Amino acid sequence: MSEPLRFHVPEPLSRPGGKPDFSGVVIPEAGSVDRPPVEVDSTEIRDLAFSIIRVLDRDGQAVGPWAPDLSNEDLVRGLRHMMTLRAFDARMMMAQRQGKTSFYMQHTGEEAVACAFRVALSPGDMNFPTYRQAGLLIADGYPLVDMMCQIFSNERDPLKGRQLPIMYSSKAHGFFSISGNLTTQFVQAVGWAMGSAIKGDDKIAVGWVGDGATAESDFHAALVFASTYKAPVVLNVVNNQWAISTFQGIAAGGSGTFAARGLGFGIPALRVDGNDYLAVYSVAKWAIERARRNLGPTLVEYVTYRAGAHSTSDDPSAYRPKAESEGWPLGDPVARLKDHLIAIGAWSAERHAQAETEIMAEVVAAQKEAEQHGTLHAGGRPSVRDIFEDVYAEPPPHLRRQRQQIGI
Amino acid sequence: MARMTMIEAIRSAMDVSMERDPNVVVFGEDVGFFGGVFRCTAGLQKKYGASRCFDAPISECGIVGAAIGMAAYGLRPCIEIQFADYMYPAYDQIVSEAARLRHRSAGDFTCPMVIRMPTGGGIFGGETHSQSPEALFTHVAGLMTVVPSNPYDAKGLLISAIESPDPIIFLEPKRLYNGPFDGHHDRPVTAWSKHELGETPEGHYTIPLGKAAIRREGQAVTVITYGSMVYAALAAAEETGVDAEVIDLRTLVPLDLEAIVASVSKTGRCLVLHEATLTSGFGAELAAVVQEHCFYHLEAPILRVAGWDTPYPHAQEWAYYPGPARVGAALRELTEVA
Repeated sequence: MSEPLRFHVPEPLSRPGGKPDFSGVVIPEAGSVDRPPVEVDSTEIRDLAFSIIRVLDRDGQAVGPWAPDLSNEDLVRGLRHMMTLRAFDARMMMAQRQGKTSFYMQHTGEEAVACAFRVALSPGDMNFPTYRQAGLLIADGYPLVDMMCQIFSNERDPLKGRQLPIMYSSKAHGFFSISGNLTTQFVQAVGWAMGSAIKGDDKIAVGWVGDGATAESDFHAALVFASTYKAPVVLNVVNNQWAISTFQGIAAGGSGTFAARGLGFGIPALRVDGNDYLAVYSVAKWAIERARRNLGPTLVEYVTYRAGAHSTSDDPSAYRPKAESEGWPLGDPVARLKDHLIAIGAWSAERHAQAETEIMAEVVAAQKEAEQHGTLHAGGRPSVRDIFEDVYAEPPPHLRRQRQQIGI
Repeated sequence: MARMTMIEAIRSAMDVSMERDPNVVVFGEDVGFFGGVFRCTAGLQKKYGASRCFDAPISECGIVGAAIGMAAYGLRPCIEIQFADYMYPAYDQIVSEAARLRHRSAGDFTCPMVIRMPTGGGIFGGETHSQSPEALFTHVAGLMTVVPSNPYDAKGLLISAIESPDPIIFLEPKRLYNGPFDGHHDRPVTAWSKHELGETPEGHYTIPLGKAAIRREGQAVTVITYGSMVYAALAAAEETGVDAEVIDLRTLVPLDLEAIVASVSKTGRCLVLHEATLTSGFGAELAAVVQEHCFYHLEAPILRVAGWDTPYPHAQEWAYYPGPARVGAALRELTEVA
């Protein structure tokens, strides 16, 4: 008789009290991965779904075929976007601790992904983001004050106090309304892209999802629809290693990579160093060009690390080693772009320190302005009447009756 | 005026809408080349091309999710879920996304779309082709739920739904597709071609959402119903001789409260009737509304006749289906209360 069946539950390599262990993350040399033409068939680039495209090497130089054509000014602007996001996070985390809002989610360690991707897009393109892509707004110049008013749910909140903090929405900035239900928007991005193709438009869509949420059935649906209709869409998986307390292996199983899931659908799939601003930008350009030239969808996995807590309601020291983020082999995206700019003579430690001060002053000023319009429990509040508006285009009789019951 | 089946009327509504508005697109499982398992979309792909009417993968979540994205882009998708029973994989997309998009984005993004689904039993479809899940939609803020009962209404309501700026659940009682089936399964069904409500204009017209129709005027009892049960109510009224007023709601949300209050205030007696399971069914809402607004006119307790609280059976279909016998018994019971 064979031995009894064994049930398998994957475990991360390290837990609290242990030493950080990233031996499972194989990091190729910067510049070592080929850059195929965008017309390539997915079957010819299977290896790109298992490798990691990297541009910035250990000396801060941009190397290899994926090194993008970005000016020094572009790069400095990108650095400032990431620094702004980081300063914004710091202030909003503090504001949450001070009770000015109920909730916040920071981006620490993942700033390059959304900031670099955004600048590769064109006006009119539409992102379907998750809750950790505020870099898309910041890199597109969305006003910090408006973001903060949303976070504070105050009288100037563009979403009228209805949404959880950070669940922004801005059609004008190509940022679809965020849902807290994960992966629902991955297939909506495909649908938006299908719509653009049906109308013969030139706009493309971008879907965003985290590593853990790829387990949702919507992910499968999105890939089926994207591949069936060759939708002009870029499907982004941000693999930051952790889904709250659940390590990526619970979603990935033993299958290799998240990018590789595209291959079964005939979707070209790339894996990129998500902490390398230049590599992210370059891969984004490649995938966006494919979408815009009727070559169909691309699946991109950004290998990064969530250096902070999942949200203000989370404490990562309960499930992973305290120093794990320091052991992350792909480093910090802000530091890496800063070092690159210094290495090519376009930046200096002094200018960086000065920029940090300026950016923090800008964020603090925005916060002051936002707080003049109220915070969650103090000052200007959205109207109670706003609960009843926008449920439908016009309030039907039963909502009008209920609104009267509340006395407005 | 031409007489149409409900299938032809529904197809005509989509045809008229696609003709008038290039942003109307139709898709779903088997709806493209083949024209749908119930033939509701037959000919639309040939007439408007595969980019306006096409087949979808067997993924209700994907069909609804993609339609939400298209609607947000600016199209007006009118999609088919092959049977309402198959809707559940799409429920998150419907409830958490389509229904709430306008509200949560403060009108920045909207979701004008219609989700058509054949609903109800009476076709020996067993538990996976017979359900009536309307209460799962009427409970959701941001959705409108429509249930037509005849070809003329089906076309006018569907055009209204397609032109609406809001997401609409459009439930088509499949047992009524070819005629006004009244629950007498042992008798032939009158064809819509021999029924006045089969008379359906070829062109564009609308029936407003949120307005009920009185199918039979009466003084003794008000029957509040919709969809397939309209004809069971009419049959029961004729067979019992109870002078029932039959309200066909047509739209469940928004509800035509005025029509309900006017009728029950007149008759003082009320039967709530639907094919869906009883407990927490839409009839519970109707009964609550009637007692809230008509309590002092009521001369008898409100009664409900509905599907049993069991899965929909196969062989025992006619013991499950709330036909004229059960409806008639309830009408008698109501009128016997002094």
